[in-house]
Amino acid sequence: MRRPAGLSGVYFEDRFNYDSLRDVLRQVMAGAENTTEHGMWSHEMKNQLRVMLYTLTIALILAALWVVKASAQNPTPTDDEVNRIAHQLYCPVCENTPLDFCPTEACRQWRDLIRQQLSQGWTEDQIKQYFAEQYGARVLAEPPRTGLNWLVYILPPVIILAGAFLLFRMLRAWTKPPAASSAAGSAKEAAQDDYVARLEEELKKRK
Amino acid sequence: MTENTNTPPRRGIPLRTQIVIWILLIGLLAIIAIELNRSQRGTVQPGEAIRDFTLPLYSGYEYEGQNEIRLSDLRGKVVFINFWASWCKPCEQEAPELVKAWEYYKPGGQVVFLGVDYVDTEPAARIYMKKFKITYPNGPDLGTRLAQLFRIKGVPETYFIDQNGALQYVQIGPFTSLQQIQSIIEPMLKK
Amino acid sequence: MFAEIGYGILAITFVIALYSVGAAIYGDRKKSSAIVESARRAMLLTWPLISLSAGTLIYLLITNHFEVSFVYEVTSRSMPTYLKVTAWWGGQAGSLVFWSWLMSAFASLVTLRKWDRDREFLPWVIVITSITTAFFLGLVIFYANPFTRFWQSLDGKIVTSMFAPLNAIAFFPQDGRGLNPLLRHPGMIIHPPLLYLGFVSFVIPYAFAMAALITGRTDDRWIRLTRRWTLWAWLFLSLGLVVGGRWAYDVLGWGGYWGWDPVEIAAFMPWLTGTAFLHSVMIQEKRGLLKHWNMILIILTYALVLFGTFLTRSGVLSSVHAFAQSAIGPAFFVFIGATFITSIALVIYRWPELRSETEMKSMLSREALFLLNNLLFMSILVVSFWGVIFPLISELTTGQKITVGPPFYERATGPLFAGLMFLMGIAPLSAWGNSTIFTLGRALWKSAVAALLIAVFLFFTATKNILALVGFFLIAFVLLVTLVEFWRTARARQKTQNENFFAALLNLIGRNRRRHGGYIIHLSMMLMAIGILGIEVFQVQTQGTIAVGQSLSLSGYSIQFKSLASWDDTPKGVNYTRAVVDIYKDGTFLGQLAPRKDYYFDSQQNMTIPGVRSTLKDDVYVLLVDWQPASANGATFKVFVNPLVNWLWIGTIVFLFGILIAAWPEREADYALAHSKNKAYEPSSAD
Repeated sequence: MRRPAGLSGVYFEDRFNYDSLRDVLRQVMAGAENTTEHGMWSHEMKNQLRVMLYTLTIALILAALWVVKASAQNPTPTDDEVNRIAHQLYCPVCENTPLDFCPTEACRQWRDLIRQQLSQGWTEDQIKQYFAEQYGARVLAEPPRTGLNWLVYILPPVIILAGAFLLFRMLRAWTKPPAASSAAGSAKEAAQDDYVARLEEELKKRK
Repeated sequence: MTENTNTPPRRGIPLRTQIVIWILLIGLLAIIAIELNRSQRGTVQPGEAIRDFTLPLYSGYEYEGQNEIRLSDLRGKVVFINFWASWCKPCEQEAPELVKAWEYYKPGGQVVFLGVDYVDTEPAARIYMKKFKITYPNGPDLGTRLAQLFRIKGVPETYFIDQNGALQYVQIGPFTSLQQIQSIIEPMLKK
Repeated sequence: MFAEIGYGILAITFVIALYSVGAAIYGDRKKSSAIVESARRAMLLTWPLISLSAGTLIYLLITNHFEVSFVYEVTSRSMPTYLKVTAWWGGQAGSLVFWSWLMSAFASLVTLRKWDRDREFLPWVIVITSITTAFFLGLVIFYANPFTRFWQSLDGKIVTSMFAPLNAIAFFPQDGRGLNPLLRHPGMIIHPPLLYLGFVSFVIPYAFAMAALITGRTDDRWIRLTRRWTLWAWLFLSLGLVVGGRWAYDVLGWGGYWGWDPVEIAAFMPWLTGTAFLHSVMIQEKRGLLKHWNMILIILTYALVLFGTFLTRSGVLSSVHAFAQSAIGPAFFVFIGATFITSIALVIYRWPELRSETEMKSMLSREALFLLNNLLFMSILVVSFWGVIFPLISELTTGQKITVGPPFYERATGPLFAGLMFLMGIAPLSAWGNSTIFTLGRALWKSAVAALLIAVFLFFTATKNILALVGFFLIAFVLLVTLVEFWRTARARQKTQNENFFAALLNLIGRNRRRHGGYIIHLSMMLMAIGILGIEVFQVQTQGTIAVGQSLSLSGYSIQFKSLASWDDTPKGVNYTRAVVDIYKDGTFLGQLAPRKDYYFDSQQNMTIPGVRSTLKDDVYVLLVDWQPASANGATFKVFVNPLVNWLWIGTIVFLFGILIAAWPEREADYALAHSKNKAYEPSSAD
C-alpha cells in the first residue's frame, strides 16, 4: 500500500505548523523505507533518495522559515507547471471540470498537492497515477487503456470502418446498375461537361 | 408509394437485421433505464445488504494497531461510519460533536467510530483532524470505492451498522448535537 | 391565486392537447374532415392557453411572489426586471413550460397553413405535435410544477405543494435565492431559447416524416413541405451552439468556448444529424435516392433532441450545465422509449416502399460525395455518442466512474472534420449524376495548388506545426474553390446578361438561394475553422502572482498590474473586485483591461469576468484568479493568448447571413433545377 507522502501546507502561512512539518518528514522517511521493503528501489537509488530527502528536508526548513518571514511568493514549481498537469486532471467532486480552472476550495487543495508533489520531484505520470489511485479513474481526462475501457477506443473506428465499407458496397452496387434501368433520360447529361450543363440550367431558369 | 414502374421488386429488411436493430435499441434503453434508476436511488437504505469492505487507515489513526480495517471483523459492535472531507464546511460544524460522541463511547468498547475521508488530500486531512482533535480511526476512500458502495450523495453522511452487520440508520448532513448521535446509538446497543 | 390560475390553465391545456390527439386519430379513421378540423382547432387553442399560463408565471416572477417555490429558486429582489422575465427558463420547471409554449407555437404555425393538397398528412401531423405538447405539459403538471407554493405546518415544517396541506398556512420567504449568476449573462439569456427553438422546430419535420410513413405517402412530398422548417431549425440550433460557446468564453473563465462536456455534446449530436439531413435531402429531391436514409436521419435527429434533453434533465448525466436531480426522469424515459420504438417499427414496416427511383452513376458524382459527407457526420456522431454513453456502461459493468474528455474527442474527430473540409472543397464542383476524376481535377487543381502555396508560405513564415498547416491548407482550399466558383458563375452570367459583375453576382445568388446560401455557409464554416484552429493549436497561457507594478509576460505581451479595488453594489446585491492591468506588446502600450470577480450575495456564487483585448490576430484574455485582501499588493492572474479566435465569431455572422439567404421565404421554387424526370412541379412548401 503506497501512502501519499504528502507535505503539510508549507506554502500557506495560515496552514503552517511545525508539528505537521515534523510529521511529514517522518512520513516521507517512512514512505521511502516502506517502498524499499517492497524491493522497488535499488541500493543506489535508496542512497540517492536519502540524499534527496536530506536536501529536501533542508530545503523545506528553509522554505518554512522563508514563508513564516515573508508572505508567499512563487515557490519552485510555478503556477504554469502546476496548471499544465492540473489541466489534464479532472475535479473528482465537480463533474467534468478540469482541475486547473475549478474554483472550489477542494480543487485549490489538489493544486497545492500537485505543487508539493512536483517540488518533491514527482513526474507527471506519477502524479496522474497517484490521483487515479486516490480518487478513481474519473480524474483522468481519458479512461486508462485497460480491460473493458479498450472498448471506448476500439468501437468507434470499427463502426466507422463498417459504415465506410457498407457505403462503398452500396455505391458499387449503384454504379453498376442492371442494364434494364432506364438511364437514357439522364445519359445526355452525363455526356456533357457538367459545368457547362449546370450553367445552362442556371440560364434556363431565368426565362 | 413511388410511381416509378421500374422499381426493383419490393424487399423489406431481412429478419436478421431487424433482430439486430431491436436488440441494439433495447440494449440502449436498458442501459439508460438502469442508469436512470441508479441516479434516482438515494444512498443505501436500512435493510439493504452492505458488502464487506476494507479501508486503509492513516498512520496515527489506526484501529487497534492495524493500518487497515475490515467491516466483517467488527461483528458484535456497532459501527459508526462517517464520510467527511477537509474542504467540507458542514463537516467542520459536526466535527466537535463527533469527537464528543467518540469520547463518550470509547471506554465502553462497544462502538467503533470510523472516519472515511472522501476525495481529499492527506496533508489537508491531517490538519483537519488535528484541528478538531479527532483520534478515532480514519482513512482515505481510495478511488471513492466506499462512497460508491454506500452511494453517498455528498459529505457529511453517516451510516450506522449494527452488531450483525446490518445497516440501521442513515444520517444525511451534519449532526447538530451529541444527544442526536446518542439517540441513534443507544437503541442499537440495547439490542 | 395566480399560481392556481396558471396551474389550472396548464391542466386544461393538457386535456385539450390529449383531445386533439384522440380526435385526429378518430377523424382519420372515420374519414371525417369535421372531426379532424375539430382536432386542429383544439391544437390551435393550446398556444394562447399556454401563453396565458406563462403570462401568470412571468407575473409571479416579476412581482416577487417568493411563496411560489419556482420564483423563490430563480429570482431575488435585487434582480432587474428583465432578468426576472428571463428567469422563466432559468430552472427546470419554468423551462419545461417554455418548451411546451414553443412546441405549441410551432404546431399552431404549421397547422395554420393551407392543407388542401396534403389533407392526408394533417391528422398525423396534429397527432405527433399534440402528443409532444401534451407530454411536456404532463411533465409540468405532474412532475415539475413551477406553481407549487411553500406551506408551513403547525410544527414549523416548510413543505412545497400545489394546494394547502391540512393545518398548514402559506409561507412567505422574505427574498428569493436568485438566479445563478452564470445565467445572468446576455449570452446565457439567449443561448437556451435558441437551443430550444432549434430542438422544438425539428419536431415539425419529424411529424411530417411520421405522417408520410403512417399514410404511406412516402415520396419526397414530406421533405419539400418541411424543407424550410428544417433550415430554420438548423439555424437556431447552430446559433444556440455558437452563442453557448461565446457565453462559455465570456463567463466560464477557462479561456475556451467548448469543453466536450457531455451536455454540450448532447446538443451537438442533433446538429450533426440535422446537418447530414440538410445535405442528403438534396439528393432525394434531385435524384430520388436515399429515401430510407433521410427518414432515418430525421428520426435520429428528433430522437437525439429528446435524448439530449432527457440526459441533461433527468440527472443521468451530471455536468456544469445539467439541471439538478429531478423527478421527470422515468416519465421522460417512457416517452423516449415509446418514440424510438414506434419510429423504428414504422420505418421497418414501410421499408419496401422507400426504394430509390434512380441509380447512382459515378462514385464522384455529387450525390456520392454527399453520401461521404453523411458518412463523416455519422462518424462524428458515433464518436460523440459513444463518448457520452460509455461512462454509463463502464459504471454499470465495472462500477468504476470514468471521464471521457477532450483529448479523446479531439483525436477522434479531428481527421473526420478535416475530411468534411476536404469534401466542402470538392463537392461544389462535382455535378449531379456524373463526374470523373478528370473533370473534377480540371476544376480543382488551380485552387489546390494555390492553397498549397499558402500552406508552404505559412510553413516558412508562421508555423511549423503540421496540424495547423494541414488545417490551413484545407481552409484555403475550400475558401478558394468556393470564391472562384462564385466568381466564375457571376462572370459567365455577366457576359450573357450584360450586367455588371455585382448585379450578376446578386442575381445569381437570388436565382438559386439554397445553393449559394449553402456556399456562403461553407465560407463561414471556414472562417470559424480559422478561429478554432487558432485557439486549439496556438493557445498559450500563463499564471502568476504579481504585486502592483510587476508584470507577467506571454508571447510578446506584457501584462502589468496597476491596481485593485473591491466594492459592494448593494442594490444589485453584488460585490465587485476589479483589477486594472496595462497591456504592452513589445514595449508599446496597447491599452488597459479590467478582469473582475463578481460575488453574488443572494446565490453566494462567484463569477469570473475576463478582461479581453480582441483583435483579428489574437485575443489577450486576462483572468483575475485570486488576490490578497490584507496586503492588497499581490494578485494572481491567469493570462491566455488566443490567436485568431475572433474569426470564430466573424464566421458566425457570415453564417447567419448565409442561412438567411438560404432559408428566407421566396416566391419562386428553386428545386426544379436538375430535377430530372420528376412529374409536374408542385410549388408547395411549408412557409
